[in-house]
This record gives sequence, structure tokens and C-alpha cells, in this order.
Amino acid sequence: MTFSRFALPLGALLLAGAAHAQDIRIGVLNDRSGIYADLAGQGSVVAAQMAVEDFGAEEKGINVSIVSADHQNRPDVASTIARQWYDEQGVDVIVDVPTSSAALAVSDITREKNRIFLDSGAGTTELTGEQCSPNTIHWTYDTYALANGTGGAMVEQGGTSWFFITADYAFGHSLEEETIAVVEAAGGEVLGTVRHPFPGTDFSSFLLQAQSSGADVIGLANAGGDTINTVKQAAEFGITQAGQDLAGLLIFITDIHALGLETAQGLVLTEAFYWDLNDDTRAWSQRFAERHGGAMPTMVHAGVYSSVLHYLKAVEATGTKEAEAVMAEMKATPTEDPLFGKGEVRADGRKIHDMYLFRVKSPDQSEGPWDYYETIATIPAERAFRPMEEGGCPLVE
Amino acid sequence: MVTGPETAPAGISVPVTATGAARLHLAIFAVALALALAAPFFLYPVFLMKVLCFALFASAFNLLLGYGGLLSFGHAAYFGSASYVAAHAAKVWGLTPELAILLGTGAAAVLGVVFGALAIRRQGIYFAMVTLAFAQMVYFFSLQAPFTGGEDGIQSVPRGRLFGMISLGPDINLYFFVLAIVVGGLLLIYRIIHSPFGQVLKAIRDNEPRAVSLGYRANRYKLAVFVMSATLAGLAGATKALVFQLASLTDVYWTMSGEVVLITLLGGMGTVFGPIVGAAIVVTMQNYFAGFGAWVTVIQGTIFVIGVLLFREGVVGILARWLRRPL
Repeated sequence: MTFSRFALPLGALLLAGAAHAQDIRIGVLNDRSGIYADLAGQGSVVAAQMAVEDFGAEEKGINVSIVSADHQNRPDVASTIARQWYDEQGVDVIVDVPTSSAALAVSDITREKNRIFLDSGAGTTELTGEQCSPNTIHWTYDTYALANGTGGAMVEQGGTSWFFITADYAFGHSLEEETIAVVEAAGGEVLGTVRHPFPGTDFSSFLLQAQSSGADVIGLANAGGDTINTVKQAAEFGITQAGQDLAGLLIFITDIHALGLETAQGLVLTEAFYWDLNDDTRAWSQRFAERHGGAMPTMVHAGVYSSVLHYLKAVEATGTKEAEAVMAEMKATPTEDPLFGKGEVRADGRKIHDMYLFRVKSPDQSEGPWDYYETIATIPAERAFRPMEEGGCPLVE
Repeated sequence: MVTGPETAPAGISVPVTATGAARLHLAIFAVALALALAAPFFLYPVFLMKVLCFALFASAFNLLLGYGGLLSFGHAAYFGSASYVAAHAAKVWGLTPELAILLGTGAAAVLGVVFGALAIRRQGIYFAMVTLAFAQMVYFFSLQAPFTGGEDGIQSVPRGRLFGMISLGPDINLYFFVLAIVVGGLLLIYRIIHSPFGQVLKAIRDNEPRAVSLGYRANRYKLAVFVMSATLAGLAGATKALVFQLASLTDVYWTMSGEVVLITLLGGMGTVFGPIVGAAIVVTMQNYFAGFGAWVTVIQGTIFVIGVLLFREGVVGILARWLRRPL
């Protein structure tokens, strides 16, 4: 009896210790030197740190450390770093990872090593499609959501006839295909498409074809430098001023910042997050900007914050960092945070939330730096993303 | 050059110009091999395999540049296409790893014959530009072809079972398989360099008109070395596809062609061990400096500039000059 009187509290103490002394290591893997360094890069590390602080990890006895590295947008570098992090540095969860090929590589390795991968930066729908994984959650956006947002909502806004300028490679083709499907389903029509070589520099002839087609909307099914060059040259032709809408299918607020409002004005685009949406996003973004040299967060940064927060909540609730349990908890519990509001993680690993259709303001509408978007439409979460049964993910029965 | 008495050191039989040099090379090979056998127990195996693949790739490139005197700016084409073919063979056709690698290497050899036959008709900058143009064609093909997966590449390539028996899943098993391939490739290159064929090659490199006047058909030699170099680069690429379990556009992009030039120059062009040292330096920088973020490229650039300004013969080239022995 004396023994059990002594052993019981001791056992309870040990159990409590096991539940609370949790060491978590988060790896932020993204582009820190190339074209995505602004939209992901160091900002994602800041966002992850803020999530850890806001969650109050230390007070809750969860000891979080953050490591980061530059994958240079190369899948081989990404895969080496991911393996090394999992095998040698005890990283429990990798976040961000822009560039589809790098994200798919990291997703495979994460499954093999049975850890967790929360992708915010990549756009490929494959992550929650045929190549979906029980260890991966795709957080912020994907090309389907962007095509769907811009395509569907634009038609509802009266932009019924479309012309596409498409980058001539698999990504451009699939973006174009997805958007055409959405546009036609919404009752719009496609007047024509033109393919430009990838990467392209001179878009004038494509823009002139688009202009002379008389379409309401010119869809840009390209990305990165191609989109930026197309928008610049479209500004020289005065396309948006002449009444046609220019719709970027994959463009971020940092691109608008780089282009300047004079050039980018009138461009229509879809994003999952904008710093000036409501009081919560404004307050958070202000704090973010103070720590990130005055630059406002992109949706990728917001996604990193939101995903890390949800992950830590799941670790707290389950008292373990074992991947299967934490993933089950993350999928079972609805998400809630100041940036995306309420949402959920589907069985295929797709996190869903509202998406927004924005139009870029003209210089005289804008009240200051980073005041770039006006909201045209909100696409509710259940309509914003690809339905699970269409993705072909084996995890969905 | 006068051919010295033929000696046959254990393991490799090489007709040598200077017995001392061959002994020294043999000693270095032995030490390096011992280190390579012990290394996976101390360092991260995947990192080491990457070094090995790039060492073979750079050595293959060095065979063409350092000994053939031909600067190809399109070696990514052979490296990358072999990587795609091997990945496709292993993943879609379900071939065993050794067959996948052979198939990839074969594809690179075929490309080498076709591109080489056209490229060697020109010299100097024109040769470099022609090879670059062909490599870009391969790049655009890889971007568009249905089986390459566009910019996503071919992902989750199975490592499979060697000869259908030994699982290559564990890093350590794969490491020794890769080590065997790379050592085999490097010994082959060493043999080529020090064969009579290699001597003629060096003669053509140093003075082509004189070699022609001596009765050598320079173009045949050039084509032969071009194909050998492309094939071995393909071997490295195919192996890399299995190591990382992916083949992607990075492997065929022109920056990969540039990287192999950088590795070779940094390590020491025209030396046997230079490309191996260069590969170790560059891959280490890429991996262990990844935490520095945006500074990686700056550091890499600075080191390259310092290398070109201070030791133009490369790390091993400088060492060789100190030792007064060819390395």
C-alpha cells in the first residue's frame, strides 16, 4: 500500500511530463534566393515564428525550434535537404515549399519517412490528386482554385467571352484547360487561345491577337516572369484602359508590388488572402510587416502561419507528434485562425477556405503602399476548390 | 611522348609515361576508395551519393574538355535525358535498377552519336554554341513530351531491387551500388586517358593540324571521345535519377551544363582527380550552405571568382604544380 501511495503520484507525474515536454522541430523549406524569394522566402520563417508565439507554445510546454533552408527551386536540392532534415536533424514537419516539382518530391519523402508536410507555396493539384499522400496537407491555394475563382467569378461579373494567352508547356496547358472548363460551365465562351514559347520575352503579337479578338477578358495562363512581362506589355498597349479585362491566373501581391500600380492597374486575379480584408488580417499583417522590413504578407506567408498554428493545436490536443495521430486530429478538427477564418482539412489533404477575386486599383484609387486590391467577389470555400471525387486521390473512398 | 616501361600495378594495368605518377595515382585511388567505403558511416549517405554522381558527371565532362580540348556547353542534355529514360524505365516499365540505368546510359550514348557527329564539325565557340543549341532542344523536348511530366518531372521513381534480389531502398545499400558504378566509371575514364587513344587525343588537343599531318583522323577521335563523354555523363544522370527518385527539368536545363563547367574548372581541368574534388566542393556548398538562403549564390559566385583569379588550374591543378606530378 505504501508503495502504491508513492508510485501513483510518481506515475502521474511521469505521464504529465511525457504529455507536456514535447520537442517540435519545424523546417521551413523554400526559395530564398530566386523568383519566389519575395512571396515565400524569409517571410515564411517570420510567419512560422509568429504562429509559434501566438499559439503560446512555450507556456504550453511545447518546445518548438525552427530551421530553414533554400531549395533554389530545384527538386533534387529540396529532396536532399528534406531527407537530411528528417534523418539527421529530427525535423517533424516541413512547411511552405513553393515550386510544384520540389513540393511533390518533398511529399514523397515525407510519406516514406512518416512525418508531416504542410505545403503553402506550391500550386499543383497533383498534391491532392493522384499523388496525394496521407502525410501531406495542401494549405493555401492550387491552380484549380485560381482558375475556378478567376474563371467562374469573372463570368458572373459579366466577362463572358474569353481569349487565352498560354505558356506552351504542361503547366500552362493545364491551367488553360481548367479555366476553359470553368468558363464554359458558367455560361461563358472562349473566342480563341494562343500559345507563347516558355519562357517568353516578346508578347506583343499575342497581345494584339487578344486585343483584336474583342474578348471581354484576356486570360493569362502563364506564371512568374512570363506573366509579369505580359502585364507590362499589355500596359503599353493600354489594353485594360480600352475596356478589356486582363486576368492573371497565377500572380501574387508581391508581383503587383514589383510591377507598380501604373502598370498593373485593372488586372483581375484570385488569391486566398489579402492583408486588408478585415480587422483581424490588418492587425496580423501590421505585426508581420514590422518584423519583415515593412513588406505585407502574401497568401503563402498567411498559409504558413495558419498551417503551423493548426499543427501545433493538433500536437497539443493529441499530446504526441506521431504523424498518423496528428494528421487524424488535423483532419478531424475544423481550422480557425484570424487570417482564413473557419475552414477544414479534407480527407484528400486539401485545406479549404474562401477565395477572393480582386481587381488591382489604379494609382489614384490607392491610398498608400500595399493598398493594391479591391474585392470583386468572394468564392465560398465549398465552391472554391476541386471536389474531392474529381481529384482521383486514392485516400478518398 | 616517350612510352616508359610497362608496369602493371595491382588492380589496374595502365601503360604509363612515368611509373611514379601511376604509383601515386594508384595510392590516391586506394586512399580515396578506403575513405569512400568508410564515409557513409560518418556522413549522410544521400549527400555522398550526390557527390559521387556529380564526380562522375564532371569526370566525363573533363574527359572531353580536359583531354579532348572540346568545350561542350550542353552536357546537361546527356545527363538529363539519361535521367528521364532511367526514371521512366524504372517507374512505368518496372525494370530493375541496373537495366534502367543501362537503358538511360544507352539513350545518352545515342544522343551523343547524333549530336557529336554534327557538333565536331565546328570548333571553339561555334562548337560550344552548337552543343548548347542541341541541349536546349532536349530541354524543350523534355518540357513538352508527355512522358516527362512537364515541369513536375518524373516523381517517386522506385529504387527497386538490384538484379531483382537486393533491395536498394535502404540508403546504405544504394550507396554501395552507386559507389560501384561511379568507381567503375572513373576507372574507365582513367583507362581511356592513359591509353594510346588518350595519347592521340591529347596530341589533337594540343595541335590538331600536326596530329592530322601525322596521319590521325582527328574527327573520328573527337567523335569517339564525345560519345564516351556523353555516355558516361548519361551513366551519372541515370544513377542520380535512382538516388533522388526523380528526374526533373533541372537536369536538362542549361544551368546544369554550366554547373559541370564550374565543377571541372574549380577542381582542376585536365587532371584526373580535379572533377572529383570540384564535385565535392560544389555539392557541399549547395547542401550545407542552403541555410544561408539568398547568400548561397553569392558565396558560390565569390568562390568561383576567387578560384579563377587565384588558382586558374583549379584546386588539384595547383596541388599538382606544387608536387610537380600530374594528378
